[in-house]
Amino acid sequence: MNSTFYGKLIFELGKEGRVGYSLPKNEFSEHNIDSLPSSLRRSEKMALPEVDELTVVRHYTNMSNNNFGVDTGFYPLGSCTMKYNPKVNEEISNLSAFTTLHPLQGVSTVQGALEVYYNLQKSLSEIAGLSEFTLNPFAGAHGELTGLMVIRAYHNSRGDYKRVNVIVPDSAHGTNPASAAVCGLKVVQVKSLSDGTIDVEDLKAHLDDTVAAIMMTNPNTLGIFERSIPEIANLVHECGGLLYYDGANLNALLGKCRPGDMGFDVMHINLHKTFSTPHGGGGPGSGPVGVRAGLEKFLPNPHVKKSDDGKFYIDNDKDALGSVSAFIGNFSVMLKAYSYILSLGKENLKYVGPFATLNANYIKDSLKDVYELPIDVVCKHEFVFDGLKDKSKGVTTMNVAKRLLDYGFHAPTIYFPLLFHESLMIEPCENESKATLDDFIAVMRKIAHEAAEDPEMVKAAPHNTPVRRPDDTLAATHPIVTYRELMTDTEA
Amino acid sequence: MNYKYFPHTVAEQEEMLKVCGKRSLDELFDEIPEGIQFKREYDLPSEMSEVELRRFFAELGAKNKTLTCFAGAGCYDHYSPAVISHIISRSEFLTSYTPYQAEISQGTLQYIFEFQSMMTELTGMEVGNASMYDGATATAEAMMMAVSSAKKKNKVLVSSTLNPNVKAVVETYAKYQGIDLEYIAECDGVTDKTDFEAKLAAGDVAGVIVASPNYYGILEDYTGWANACHAQKALFVMNCQASALGVIKSPGEWDADIAAGDGQSLGIPMSFGGPYVGFLCTRKSLIRKMPGRVVGATKDINGKRSFVLTLQAREQHIRREKATSNICSNQSLMALYVTIYLSLMGAKGLKEVNELGYSGAHYLADKLCATGCFELAYPEKSFLNEFVVKTSLDIDKLQAECESQGILAGVKIADDKLMLCVTEMRSKAEIDRLVDIVKQFKA
Repeated sequence: MNSTFYGKLIFELGKEGRVGYSLPKNEFSEHNIDSLPSSLRRSEKMALPEVDELTVVRHYTNMSNNNFGVDTGFYPLGSCTMKYNPKVNEEISNLSAFTTLHPLQGVSTVQGALEVYYNLQKSLSEIAGLSEFTLNPFAGAHGELTGLMVIRAYHNSRGDYKRVNVIVPDSAHGTNPASAAVCGLKVVQVKSLSDGTIDVEDLKAHLDDTVAAIMMTNPNTLGIFERSIPEIANLVHECGGLLYYDGANLNALLGKCRPGDMGFDVMHINLHKTFSTPHGGGGPGSGPVGVRAGLEKFLPNPHVKKSDDGKFYIDNDKDALGSVSAFIGNFSVMLKAYSYILSLGKENLKYVGPFATLNANYIKDSLKDVYELPIDVVCKHEFVFDGLKDKSKGVTTMNVAKRLLDYGFHAPTIYFPLLFHESLMIEPCENESKATLDDFIAVMRKIAHEAAEDPEMVKAAPHNTPVRRPDDTLAATHPIVTYRELMTDTEA
Repeated sequence: MNYKYFPHTVAEQEEMLKVCGKRSLDELFDEIPEGIQFKREYDLPSEMSEVELRRFFAELGAKNKTLTCFAGAGCYDHYSPAVISHIISRSEFLTSYTPYQAEISQGTLQYIFEFQSMMTELTGMEVGNASMYDGATATAEAMMMAVSSAKKKNKVLVSSTLNPNVKAVVETYAKYQGIDLEYIAECDGVTDKTDFEAKLAAGDVAGVIVASPNYYGILEDYTGWANACHAQKALFVMNCQASALGVIKSPGEWDADIAAGDGQSLGIPMSFGGPYVGFLCTRKSLIRKMPGRVVGATKDINGKRSFVLTLQAREQHIRREKATSNICSNQSLMALYVTIYLSLMGAKGLKEVNELGYSGAHYLADKLCATGCFELAYPEKSFLNEFVVKTSLDIDKLQAECESQGILAGVKIADDKLMLCVTEMRSKAEIDRLVDIVKQFKA
């Protein structure tokens, strides 16, 4: 790591007069931008950096060295499905035959791209056991919002306007209730039993003609399969509501169970989880939304369709919920996911869920003597510990997570779900070898040992990272979010 | 079972299953009720080797046609320096998650801080978020932010000159949020100020959304608009095309409260519609109403400058159903794209890009008008690199002819109106060729 560059911002590396670009000469200089009225032109200066090309390359290369990715090491971040992002998918998504396409060029010139969209949509429908997918939503949360809009559009189309409630388990991710609220729906919480699954009796009490839908993940947030799902599906359908499947945990079920077969009507898939597209430090992702037969027309415009002669075209449906994207979504992410599905094929896709599940159970059963396992059942792709078994030395989940960084592992998801005080949520994907898992298990045991022998050292972790425990409170109470603010601030 | 993404040997599987007290992989799924277990094989193609996969996508790609682009309408063909694609391919950036563990995510956190800094410089605003999905959803989020900032007001005015694709998304979000959306009429290609003032005067408006440049490429004059909005306690929101902000009056200079838009024009490939990156910048006083992730500067335990995700109390995972936005990610990698682009280009490069676009577009406009079958649709109005022409020619046929000769001749926006865009990517020879095709077509 080049510490000379580390910590400097690009703004601090510039010198007036330096350039990092080369542009063609102006061949039309008789038309000069100075003829624009000054009232429409910018007079304020922009303090953008002035840097040469090599400085830019070194700056960002050095910054990347302060980052941790799936390629760096094991990334057992629960609920995030940090699987390997195959290189060939990146290569394919960078083909100029796709990257140079303008989204509004004639359909006859984009038949290959539309075929990718259409066939990926079809593949996801088969994997999900549903009828049709839109690939327009940009992310999981965006897919949730879109899916709930489908549900509202469906109820409204029947003139059933009183269905304003969405039932969400108390263990659900915060995005579920937030998406419902943004979609103009009210959230009703349903309780979990002590084994983390939905309390069906409590659910029954909420079922009436105001229910638009229930939102569930299955396996749930604790990595436990909701066995009552057929009964839940019947109950919700009987009261006229729909079932929404949050695809965040779909990876566990590849090859073993399909949301459509469980009774779900609408769902989203995170291509950046189950279908291996990289998370990119927070995006771009893609959140396709699938529906059961009868709901297709409500999917957002534009729709990609195939005509009888095999040609693809773009269409708008008058019954559609509206539009959630300016064009047809994150196309290059779709290319990666389609490439992933074709690489694995039907022969290998069916092992994704089993291997992910095997890995999770192997870690769980190898560590449950030193970490508190509140619900000791077979898990699916992930599971949750409630901190260390021995809490007498005051070592918390946060301390364990930070200590893991010292050993070169990414931390699991911590303090989620909210059902336990010291949640430590671990998800090892199917690509991880037994050797990697054994290393992780050994380190987790070592940390448990350290917590007993030298708790203060563990509490002071991390010790070996580029920065150590940045002050979150200072950042929140005294927000500095731009370089300009940083320069004028005296406290920072 | 031998596959390159699965490392488990048979012996290892057996050892692991033993630890779990299971005899087979299937047994791990025993609790799934029989009736809903998936027992058959997926109806999908068989696995492809990397050789076959490359061939397959090369053949698919060959079914597309790369055209010399004279289209804009929300997506622009700009120069993208070679440095960018190399840096963003670095797996430390590409394969990381949202930077929850700040100690091992300083790379991501720092470039997002730089992104926020650059976008606030560009828009002339005080603060900005870590990015949004795209310009259309960023504008919809700005609408929701205006409503949540207003006290008991639920109406938002939107200029008719906003890009129709952005309008469609804003309308959709408004419909489901129960926001009362009203359009301000268009008059000769620009927002009708009289209609704006009349609708604003009702006193029930939470926000007003206008575009700069507008859908037709016109630079509208918003002198006095912010004051009018503020007098009625409404927020003034500008939807902007990012690259243009290098030379045109910024939202900050127009005294706007929120600037939202798409950053695609800052060197991001067109990629048939995405991924792009949305931005949302605002006043510091509204920072806690701002949706999306935000990165802030702080110090670590040793006093070293460091960066963290901050102001998370606003966000959906804390506020759940009380949140006013359900956004929980950003377009981080695309924000990095923009950050590297702006680092390389600087203010000077961005100005040059706009000068080239301006000159080329005005040259094309002149040449087309000189053919006698086109005239500027809004001759009195100023434009930068995109403009609308009126014609009596059959636009569909003309575009098809151009397409057959490898040119994307703009976007048809009405039976008699064609919208064209010229960026620094278009050479004089390419423009002349387009004009020649038009001349031959006319003859």
